[in-house]
Amino acid sequence: MTPTLIVFWAFAALAIWSAGLCITRRNPVSSALWLVVTLFALAGLFVLLDAQFIAVLQVLVYAGAIMVLFLFVIMLLNIGRATRSDIKGAWGLGVGVLLAGLMMVQLLALRFGAPPPQLTLPPGAMARAAAEQGMVAAVARPLFSTYLVPFEITSMLLLAALVGAVVLAKRKL
Amino acid sequence: MLLAPALLVSAVLFTFGVAGVLIRRNAIVIFMCVELMLNAVNLTFVALAQQLGVAGQIFVFFVMAVAAAEAAVGLAILLAIFRHRQTLNLQNINLLKG
Repeated sequence: MTPTLIVFWAFAALAIWSAGLCITRRNPVSSALWLVVTLFALAGLFVLLDAQFIAVLQVLVYAGAIMVLFLFVIMLLNIGRATRSDIKGAWGLGVGVLLAGLMMVQLLALRFGAPPPQLTLPPGAMARAAAEQGMVAAVARPLFSTYLVPFEITSMLLLAALVGAVVLAKRKL
Repeated sequence: MLLAPALLVSAVLFTFGVAGVLIRRNAIVIFMCVELMLNAVNLTFVALAQQLGVAGQIFVFFVMAVAAAEAAVGLAILLAIFRHRQTLNLQNINLLKG
């Protein structure tokens, strides 16, 4: 087992463990905080998978911005002190776990597929590109050339979301 | 290569997200489970980007932008629901139930 693999499994175990706690904690605030731990562990996995820039974005945008928004809404609505569990009863729990288990079986079957060899890059190609062009430039160059139109559409989407959120959350316009 | 382990972790995380959506009743927690599923898919994208080129990482960028927009609008909807019904328990929000 190489050191990379050991670190990978350490982060993976942390991510899975905290995700399990996130979906079982009764208090929404602790659920949110365990989800932050999962997001940090995923950022670690992204670094190991040669996506350092995405890992930084994960910490800044997900753990930083989106989860703070969640915590703000939880505290704004004052639902942080759950007196009784909101997990469904035995029947709903059984059906939910069964369906999720079926889903996992299907997803695990996908693991044995591999991308077609004609399309695959040689091993270490992404790490080499990041070393040659810089970590940000390797992602930013295609983003602002090949994927320029989707990028601009994203700005429209964010504007629409901004206007929509203000309209929905305002008591009276 | 880390592709197979990464796909395994991603499958488990996605399953946890699905299970969370199915077994919880609190709308905000369900929303957080949806974020968990989005992150599991992001892990798949990044793992495959190692072999198939940088496009996977760019897709993760777009997924993050959509997730941010979704979180803003979704939480605003939850605020509006809470103002009307004083609860976020989905058992009590059953206006569409015949």
